[in-house]
Amino acid sequence: MVASIVLFVAPPAWFPTPISALASSFDSQFHRTLWLTAVGFLGIQILLIYVVLRYRNRGQAPATFAGNQRLEILWTSLAALLYFSLALMGMPVFTVPHLGPEPPGAEIIEVNAHQFAWNFRYPGPDGKFGRTRLDLISDAGGNPLGIDPADPAGKDDIVVSTLRVPEGRDVVLTLKSRDVIHDFFVRELRVKQDVVPGMDIPYRFRADRTGAFEIACAELCGLGHSQMRAVMLVLPAADYERWKNTQTPQ
Amino acid sequence: MEEHADSAITAPPRVPWYSSDHRAVARLYFFLALMAVLTGQLLSLIMRFHLVHPQAKVGWFESLWPIGAQGGVMTPELYLSILTLHGTLMVFFVLTTAPMGTFANLVLPQQLGAAHMAYPRLNALSFWIIAASFLVLIASFVGPGGGPLSGWTAYPPLSAIGAITGPGEGLGQTLWLVSIAIFCLGSLLSSINIIATVIDRRAPGMRLMEMPLTCWNWFVTAILGLLSFSVLLPAGLLLLMDRLAGTSFFVPGGMRVGDEIIKGSGGSPLLWQHLFWFFGHPEVYMAILPGFGVVSVIFSVFSKKPVFGYRAMVASTIAIAFLGMLVWGHHMFISGLNPYSSIAFAVLTLAIAVPSSVKTFNWIATLWGGQIELTSPMLYALGFLSLFVTGGLSGIVVGQPGLDQYFHDTYFVVAHFHIIMGAAGIFTIFAATAYWFPLLFGRMMNETLAKWHFYLTFIGVYAIFLPMHFAGFAGNPRRYPDFTTFDFLAPLMPLHRAITHAAYFTAVVQLLFLVNLAWSAIRGKIAPPDPWRGL
Repeated sequence: MVASIVLFVAPPAWFPTPISALASSFDSQFHRTLWLTAVGFLGIQILLIYVVLRYRNRGQAPATFAGNQRLEILWTSLAALLYFSLALMGMPVFTVPHLGPEPPGAEIIEVNAHQFAWNFRYPGPDGKFGRTRLDLISDAGGNPLGIDPADPAGKDDIVVSTLRVPEGRDVVLTLKSRDVIHDFFVRELRVKQDVVPGMDIPYRFRADRTGAFEIACAELCGLGHSQMRAVMLVLPAADYERWKNTQTPQ
Repeated sequence: MEEHADSAITAPPRVPWYSSDHRAVARLYFFLALMAVLTGQLLSLIMRFHLVHPQAKVGWFESLWPIGAQGGVMTPELYLSILTLHGTLMVFFVLTTAPMGTFANLVLPQQLGAAHMAYPRLNALSFWIIAASFLVLIASFVGPGGGPLSGWTAYPPLSAIGAITGPGEGLGQTLWLVSIAIFCLGSLLSSINIIATVIDRRAPGMRLMEMPLTCWNWFVTAILGLLSFSVLLPAGLLLLMDRLAGTSFFVPGGMRVGDEIIKGSGGSPLLWQHLFWFFGHPEVYMAILPGFGVVSVIFSVFSKKPVFGYRAMVASTIAIAFLGMLVWGHHMFISGLNPYSSIAFAVLTLAIAVPSSVKTFNWIATLWGGQIELTSPMLYALGFLSLFVTGGLSGIVVGQPGLDQYFHDTYFVVAHFHIIMGAAGIFTIFAATAYWFPLLFGRMMNETLAKWHFYLTFIGVYAIFLPMHFAGFAGNPRRYPDFTTFDFLAPLMPLHRAITHAAYFTAVVQLLFLVNLAWSAIRGKIAPPDPWRGL
C-alpha cells in the first residue's frame, strides 16, 4: 500500500500529452475514476488491516451476529450508485467518437493494414478512391493496395506509408485490413480501434497539436506484431495542403 | 456448520492412485494442475527474461527449441508460442482444473453427506479426458512448425487459415484446437457430475439453503461450466472445420495473405470473438467462484464467527454467475462491435461490481468482532481478499468503454487480469491446499514454511503487478515479443526490468511452497481427526 502511494507520487511511466479534445476528456474521466478507485483501494485495504489487528484472537468470546439487513442494503445501493454515476459521466468519451454526428467537410483518408505494415491512401483532387483488386497487389511493384489502373478514379490516389493529417480539422479514417485483425492505436488520441478484414471501420478525430506521433498495432497479428509501426504527422493546415499538392500526379 | 463434514475422515483413502474414488481423482487433478502451473510459471519467466534481454544468446534455449531459438536467440514466433502455451496452461489446466477438479472432488461429497460423486466412473473418465487434452496441448508445441502464436484467445483469421499467417499456425494451431475441444468434453462431463451430485446426493433433509457456501459455489460454477463449455466446444469445431474442411465460418471474403488470395466468403471474424468470450468471460468466474466459497468458510472458521449474510452470499454468487454470462462483449469494445451494444455491455459489466462489492463487505463483516487466528489458510484467504479488491477496482477502469479504448490490450489489462484471476485465484488454491491438506495427504502442512511463503509471495505479486499498471498508463501494448521498435517504449525499459526482477523473486519463493508440499505430504505431522478446530 505504501508502495502504491509512492508509485503514484513518482510514477515510473505516465500518459503522453493529449492532442485532441476527446483525449483531454478521456484524461478527466480517467482522473475521476482514479480518485474513486484510489479512495476505495486505500479505504478497504486499511479497513482490512485494521480488522485483522483489532480482532486478533485474545481468548475472548467472538461476536455472534450473522447479518444486518439494513447495512447490507446500504452498502449495496451505495456501491451501485457510485459505479453507475461514474459510468454515466464517462460515457461521452465513448459515444462522441463513435456515435456523434458525421463532421461535415472532414478529411477522408483510408488506412490499410497488412502483415506487418500500414499504408495510407488519399483520394486526390477528385475526392474518389479508385477500385482495388487483390491480384494486383504488389509491394515490390509499388502498388501495395492493388489499385486498378483501369479505373480513372484511382489515377490521382496518393498512397504513402506515413500518415499526414491537418491540424484543427476533422479527419475520418476508414480502417481496412486485407489479412488478419490489426489495431490502429495512437496513444496521444487515446483511442484504439481494431482493423478487421471484411469490415470498413470509421475512426474520427481532430488533432489540435502539431507533431509526430507513433502508430502502433495493438491486436496480435503474427510474428511481426511488435514491428508494425508507422508515424502520424499532424501538420499546420497550410503545410498539409502544400504536401498534398506535391503528391498529386500531374 | 460449514466444516462439520470434512473433519469426519482425514486419513487418505486406501485405494490405488488410478481408482475412481473421488479423493483419488482429486489428487490426480492436483498433480496435473501442479505440473501445469510449474510449466506455466517457467514459461512466464522465460518471457520476462526475453522482454528485457531480447538479443541475449542462451544456450539451453537452442537445445530446447533448435528452430525457434537458432543460435540461442529467441525468435518472435517462439516468444508468441510460449505466450500462447502460458495462457492456455494457466487458464485451462490450472485455474479451471484446480478449484473444481481438485477441491470439489475432494470435499463436496462429504460436505453433502454423500459417500461418492453421483457418477464415480464418469468422474474418473473426465480426469483422463482432461489429461489427454494436456498431452495434445504439449504435442502442439513440439510438432513441426512449433506452437501456435495466436494467444489463448486464438482470434481468426490469424488462427483460421493455416501456416501462411505464421509458423506454428499450421499443425500447431490445429492440435491446439483439438486439445481445447477435448478439454471442453472433459469439463462438460465433470460439470454434469457435480450438478447431479448436488441435486441428488445431499443428505436426507438437507435443503439447498443449508449447504455450506463451498458447495453453493461449486454448484453454480458447474452450471456455468455446463453452459459455457457447451458453446466453446462447437465454436472450436467450427474453427477446425474452417482450417481443415474448407468452410468459412470465421473467414471473410476478399483476403490476401502474403502472395496468396484466400477463398473465404462471408464469414465473420467477430463471430468467433462472440462465441469465444461467451465462454471466456464465464471462465473467469469459473476460476474464482470456487475460491469465494473456500475463503468464506476459512474466514468463518478462523475468526470463530458464522458467515455474515449467508443468503446475500448465495444471492451474490448467483448474481455474479448470471451477469457473468451477459458481459462477454466488454472484451470487444474496440473490436468493431456496434457501439450501442458496447454501451449495453458496459452497463451490465459495472452491474457485476455490485454483487462483488457485497461479497467484499460481507467478508469484512464476517471478520469484524471475531477472534482471528492467523493460520496459513487464513493468511492466504486474507491475501486473496486484498488482491480481489485491487483487481476489482482496476476492473472499474477497463469496464468503461471510453477508458477501455486506451487501455485495451495494454499492460494495464495484463496487470488487471493477472491480479484478479491469476493471483487472487491462485491464493484461493493455496488457501484450499493448506486448509484441506489433511484430506489430500492425511497430514498437516508446515505452518512456518507456509506463512513465510505467504508473506513473500504476497509482496512479490504486488511488486510485479502494481508497477505493471504504469506500463499500461504509458500505452504499452501487450503481446509484443520485444520493445525495440517503438520510441515510446524505450523509456519503459527500467520499469520492465524491475517487473522482471520481481517475477524472479516471486518464482524463487514458490520453492518454499514446493518444499513444504513434498515434505509435508511424506513427513508432515499426522492430521488429527479435527485438524483446525483444536487450534
